[in-house]
Amino acid sequence: MTATLFFVQALNGLQFGLILFLIAAGLTLVFGVMDFINLAHGVQYMVGAYLVAAFSAWTGSFGWALLLALPTALAFGLLLEALVFRHLYDRDHLDQVLATFGVILFLNQGVKFVWGAAPLSVPVPELLSGSVEIANGLLYPVYRLAIIAAGLVIAALLYVLVNHTRVGMLVRAGASNAAMVSALGVNIQRLFMVVFGFGAMLAGFAGAMVAPILSVEPGMGDNILILAFVVIVIGGIGSIRGAFLAALMIGLVDTVGRSFAPNLLRLVLDPAAASQTGRAIAPMLIYIFMAAVLFFRPSGLFPVKR
Amino acid sequence: MTEIAETHPAPAPSLGTRLEVIPVMLFAAFAAAPLLATFSGAEGYVLSLLTRVMIFGIAAMALDLILGYGALVSFGHAAFLGLGGYAVGILASHGFEDALIQIPVALLASAAFAFVTGAISLRTKGVYFIMITLAFGQMVYFLATSLAPYGGDDGMTLASRSLIAGSGWLENDFTFYWFCLLCLFGAYALSRSIVASRFGRVLRGTRENAVRMEAIGFRPFRFQLAAYVISGMMAGLAGCLLANQAEFVSPSFMTWQRSGELIFMVVLGGLGSLHGAIIGAAAFLLLEEFLPEILHTVSFFLSEETRAHLAENWKMVFGPLLILVVLFVRGGIMGLLRRPHHG
Amino acid sequence: MNATIKTLGLAAAMTLATAPAMAQEKLKVGLLLTLSGPSAVLGQHARDGFQLAMKDLGGKLGGRDVEVIVVDDELKPDVAVTKVKGLIERDKVDFVVGPIFSNVAVATHKPIVDSKTFYISVNAGPSNLAGKSCNPYFFATSYQNDQNHEVLGKVAQDRGYKKVYLLAPNYQAGKDALAGFKRHYKGEIVEESYTPLNTLDFQSELAKIASMQPDAIFTFMPGGMGVNLVKQYRAAGLADRIPFLSAFTVDESTLPAQQDAALGMFGGSNWAPNLDTPQNKKFVQDYVAAYNAVPASYAMHAYDAALLIDAALKATSGKTDNKDALRAAIQKAEFKSLRGDFKLGANGFPIQDFYLVKAAKRSDGKMQTEIVEKVFDDYTDAYAKECAPTN
Repeated sequence: MTATLFFVQALNGLQFGLILFLIAAGLTLVFGVMDFINLAHGVQYMVGAYLVAAFSAWTGSFGWALLLALPTALAFGLLLEALVFRHLYDRDHLDQVLATFGVILFLNQGVKFVWGAAPLSVPVPELLSGSVEIANGLLYPVYRLAIIAAGLVIAALLYVLVNHTRVGMLVRAGASNAAMVSALGVNIQRLFMVVFGFGAMLAGFAGAMVAPILSVEPGMGDNILILAFVVIVIGGIGSIRGAFLAALMIGLVDTVGRSFAPNLLRLVLDPAAASQTGRAIAPMLIYIFMAAVLFFRPSGLFPVKR
Repeated sequence: MTEIAETHPAPAPSLGTRLEVIPVMLFAAFAAAPLLATFSGAEGYVLSLLTRVMIFGIAAMALDLILGYGALVSFGHAAFLGLGGYAVGILASHGFEDALIQIPVALLASAAFAFVTGAISLRTKGVYFIMITLAFGQMVYFLATSLAPYGGDDGMTLASRSLIAGSGWLENDFTFYWFCLLCLFGAYALSRSIVASRFGRVLRGTRENAVRMEAIGFRPFRFQLAAYVISGMMAGLAGCLLANQAEFVSPSFMTWQRSGELIFMVVLGGLGSLHGAIIGAAAFLLLEEFLPEILHTVSFFLSEETRAHLAENWKMVFGPLLILVVLFVRGGIMGLLRRPHHG
Repeated sequence: MNATIKTLGLAAAMTLATAPAMAQEKLKVGLLLTLSGPSAVLGQHARDGFQLAMKDLGGKLGGRDVEVIVVDDELKPDVAVTKVKGLIERDKVDFVVGPIFSNVAVATHKPIVDSKTFYISVNAGPSNLAGKSCNPYFFATSYQNDQNHEVLGKVAQDRGYKKVYLLAPNYQAGKDALAGFKRHYKGEIVEESYTPLNTLDFQSELAKIASMQPDAIFTFMPGGMGVNLVKQYRAAGLADRIPFLSAFTVDESTLPAQQDAALGMFGGSNWAPNLDTPQNKKFVQDYVAAYNAVPASYAMHAYDAALLIDAALKATSGKTDNKDALRAAIQKAEFKSLRGDFKLGANGFPIQDFYLVKAAKRSDGKMQTEIVEKVFDDYTDAYAKECAPTN
């Protein structure tokens, strides 16, 4: 029984990790290639979720909503880039942090202004609404398996894109030395736009995918943004591979730790103290994990060589 | 002014004196404010708002000391606010209500925490430093939410403000205001002298070029760690005052958003001038307090319902305001104050 | 820059404070509610409920014109303290109505009652304010927090559930919730599971529930957490197999997002929109017409708070200067509460009936909670006896 439970929790961790990866991938590229700290990346996740909520209310179909939401999220990302972010590339990190925080404030309030403060709901698409029985009495929703599948497909596509295409090569080159890439005659401005738009769309896609299982509400991107930063820092900034592995680790540490920390502590403490300490430690786990990783590897697990 | 400037070949000295005017005016304004408060008819409110400004001024200045002079972006400084606050709250709940016990304990706790986390964090650089300080901040935050005997997530109310040598002076809002002003001034004077000292020059040198500092025989790590500990203690002091001002402590003192707000205060005010951080704190808190009202007032030509709507959504104005400050005012508010001089 | 803002602030403070005193001065009521952030919807219900009451009362309370000042506590207790000082000293309010959250209530309690301003809670009812730290200036038109949980504990006990799984966020209110549940439930608790605050994904807890097969689960998951839990509970196929008992998890503030996923899930409350009294019918109808949403209990409490103030002021002929007389008038105020039976106990908290409610769909397609059965009659909270009348 415990083995099956562990398996299910691992699946959950995998699913959470993949969502984190979708967000972190864009963040790490934007950061690595453009040396730009974009706090507003989490907002793009929120916008993706809101767009899918709005479009699915309009079209009545999740599939159509997703198809409409993706280009809209992309367009929205590019609009933000042109309006605000473009003017911040040559500024220092703190200016970027302050300005993108302004974008967060505006958009968190903005979605509330447009869609109201109450959380919105997106129905799970009919096709994927059932659940499969994994073990006796243990059901697992098909939709979550679909998220896992989609996440893995995107990760594979990203791998091919970054490692086996010209654009990917430029992106990798940009991550290690942007000035050199520019000196070689590459239109760096356009490269930045492509990277940025792509990152925004990935975050929007993550938001759209979780909309049917999470509540769509203002500020939903804030906490996930922090987690995404944790992921890219553990993975090493600019490294897609690092982001992928770190996202899965964080997903597993958080999910598995949450349900098994008290059990593990019970081996050394009495049950009451174990559950007490377990509860106190569970939310800290990912931060303890990050601090430990940075203690031994101050530039993350897969630092990009500069 | 211009004539004098023209007679001097180098504008540098006049620039220096001009900038000194700002901290003098700032402290004069704080000193004069209680008088105005008396006339406002809502003195308790005005005082409590300005006291809050000064307290966050101390915290922001503490951050500026390492951020502006050492380029160490701590994203976990709110933890020190919490440590100071909880030192007051926890000691008070066990009967130690005197600030003469509470403040030293708070400073010691902050120093110890800063020493341990600083020693680990300073192994990393740049964004990694930002994130590892965040991690430590989050650990303290979650620890506080699990302190059930001290109110857990709801926090705890203090029975009264701290005593000073057994006397309840601080109960009076005016006295408390002066006490905070004294702390602010003390912290400012201390920071100024640190910045001007050899220690401060090494710190700045490390910011500019750590390798060179090492080459000429300094160990940057030690200086940075010392600065981090001093900064943590100052923020801890601010935490003690904040707990007394609100007569309440809770984990909400140390959310990561609060740490972020401290950074914004410093950047908004202008990095690396100390009083800029105080001005940034003032601007941030006063805007947060009055922006809804200002919006309500300036939109007098709209219908009452629209005006209420506008006031409620003040963050939609606040956000773009921050962006505009960054885009068009280099160097924060201090940059704005400096600008006319450059023409 | 700093100086200008400060003078601006002071000027604003002064003009407001020295506004000309009129013959019959306007009564001032401050609404302290959470109106930004993810929990803003709760504050909106309360604000709208209060405004609706003001409309029904012709803009007057106890015959006096009223100015309502709405402030947003941002769910930051220390920010709330400063805003409250502004309400009391600058705006000179006679009543503070609010807040939604217990931590804001705990933080703002002292400055408000110390200034001898009446504080009427429209939701938050932390145990110490009902018990040891009760105060003659603090009243609630809501409940003591534990009471809704006690409803479910009683139901679980009465229905003979042998094994119950408990689930709450890891913070004080979550622990209080489970303690409240256990006050009347004596069966086996297979697990007390605490999730980190603002957990949005409950898959790991749901897996545990599925493997443990309890007779019922009890949970307290306010706001967005509740929306997620309900949708995921349904998706995991548990909703039809294991009864879902909850408090503050399935109500009109979350149902618009939960929709059909919540159908048939249970909650505990002192009221429901379908409660059959003429006042309530009109209230729900008007609220839906005005705000295109079914009111939640927060709206009802705020509406009742206005009625309570109105009734008390009528008894003192609109006077607020004699605080003792006004307090006595509030304590004994007689009005037709939307929930039917209502009177205030010695600790300022209501003595009222509690119901088991269930999520259902209205004929217009909107969701609401509906009464299943009455669980407690004229029920007093467990802390009232700790309230010493002297303080």
